[in-house]
Amino acid sequence: MDASTTQSATQAVQQLVQSPNYILEFTYLLASILFIFGLKGLSHPDSARRGMFLAEAGMAAAIIGTLFHPDIHFYGWIVAGLILGSLVGVAFAVWVPMTAMPQRTALSHAFGAIAASLVGIAEFLMHSSTLSLFTRSALGLEVMLGTLTTTGSLIACGKLQGTIRGTPVQFKGQQILNLLIFFAMTGCFAYSLYDPSATYYFYGMVALGFLFGVMLVIPIGSADMPVVMSLLNSYAGLSSAATGFVLGNNILIIAGTLDGFSGFILSILMCKAMNRSITNVLFGGFGAVHHAAGAGATGEMHEISLDDAAVRLAYASKVVFVPGYGLATAQAQHAVRDLANALEERGVTVKYGIHPVAGRMPGHMNVLLAEANVPYGELYEMDQINPEFPSTDVAMVVGANDVVNPDARDNPNSPIAGMPILEVDKAKSVIVLKRGQGRGFSGLENPLFFKPVTSMLYGDAKASLARLAQEVKNV
Amino acid sequence: MFLLAMLVSQAPAAEGMSPKVLIGALYVFALAAFLGYLVISRVPPLLHTPLMSATNAISGISLVGSLVIAGAYEFDHHKLLAGGPGSHASIATLLGFIAVFTATVNVVSGFGLTDRMLRMFRKDVKGKEAHK
Repeated sequence: MDASTTQSATQAVQQLVQSPNYILEFTYLLASILFIFGLKGLSHPDSARRGMFLAEAGMAAAIIGTLFHPDIHFYGWIVAGLILGSLVGVAFAVWVPMTAMPQRTALSHAFGAIAASLVGIAEFLMHSSTLSLFTRSALGLEVMLGTLTTTGSLIACGKLQGTIRGTPVQFKGQQILNLLIFFAMTGCFAYSLYDPSATYYFYGMVALGFLFGVMLVIPIGSADMPVVMSLLNSYAGLSSAATGFVLGNNILIIAGTLDGFSGFILSILMCKAMNRSITNVLFGGFGAVHHAAGAGATGEMHEISLDDAAVRLAYASKVVFVPGYGLATAQAQHAVRDLANALEERGVTVKYGIHPVAGRMPGHMNVLLAEANVPYGELYEMDQINPEFPSTDVAMVVGANDVVNPDARDNPNSPIAGMPILEVDKAKSVIVLKRGQGRGFSGLENPLFFKPVTSMLYGDAKASLARLAQEVKNV
Repeated sequence: MFLLAMLVSQAPAAEGMSPKVLIGALYVFALAAFLGYLVISRVPPLLHTPLMSATNAISGISLVGSLVIAGAYEFDHHKLLAGGPGSHASIATLLGFIAVFTATVNVVSGFGLTDRMLRMFRKDVKGKEAHK
């Protein structure tokens, strides 16, 4: 080993120790590993919280490490942003009710996407002339995905919150218009790649991205929100990953990709749960199809009195509750739990059958029931509970409609044909809690209601459940 | 593939990632996608809402990019109001500030809500009674 190599080796070691970048990179590596452990923890409820603590520690390390980044010279705006963001974040974390989780999640997709877009725009503003073609492509993708996810998620949030009407907005030529906007947006993207000095094309792309996001989500009805939410989740994640490519930052690539793939997997699961393709959700105009074929089921519905229902429940040996989104709108989760408690005290086995799209976002119904103190051991997935219905004495359908519609299984002409359902009609008896005789949320007639095995209990779900619980105790 | 090769060959001419770094980044992307698929497909439907909330918080890591942009340039409201190229640094700082704000909201509320939800998932009725 000659003197010069020894010297360069010493220099390298000195650099390694002195340069904050290596320490920062190491922090990022550690954080990435902790994120993955955190998500791995979510494979079981018992390990989930511990996993999240690891992910939180990783996040804290990465943020604190970044504050010492050599490029940061001014701290005023950073501190202001961190403090304001933390205040609003804590307010969300403490006060958002579980029923509003879908809106909150949609809003957070919008927030994540706007952060990615703004970082991209700022990067373009400062360095557009010196960036390589690859970096500019990544930047364009980041900003396109980011902008369309921002407005798309805001519209989704508005629809879920009820500030915007949940019904699909459709008009003639809508798809052609959307296609034109899409091509104009990608055209601007391509031209700004070709000529980086044509900044107006870049800003045109930004504007069209915002517009495209709106156009993409307004034709989609509230019932399809689980798919849309998952898809926007995926876009927000991929936009973050693209930011990683722009900034040459691996942890952004890793975290963004994890988020993007999580959203992608959930989109596929939700689509399977509704037996529809993603293109069908985005461009199908689901609400419009519904009105065409719905008159198939006719006959007489059998009404049941509250007392009879209570007796039937009290003397059952196994009861399965099938909650739908109507349960959440009626705020009746706790009432269900009270009734279940009363039944369990009498020795009745109680289980809950949860359809994947029972709520407004993936897994929503599980959270709502967990909040009402239902132990997760009683929550069964569709595939687990379906074989149990033939041995079930009473299946209680609360605020669910499409997910128990036997037409999906039996009638190939039904708009929801092929959608996997909870087969409550195979139970020994079915009680459906319903507000009135009208059609459900989707406007689709449900033959389940006319089956001899089914009894209808009319009235407000929450009030009925509370009175049932009372009656069961008195039986 | 060809397009990718073209992009890579173009890269050294300009600032930004060198081809080596770029290839490394693509490896990271591919492996993260693979790992993400394996880890996330094992999350039961029971926990899909906490999962979404958690991945949301995690992707709030884009905060590290926002922090650098919000703190890299000097903010001068005279230059900002004057407009033109001189205002770019101040505009970038403002954009960075908004990004820091929204990403922080996501990180804090994402982890906070995930934990609030996970606390609700209880194994059995006894655990519930004890909690009361």
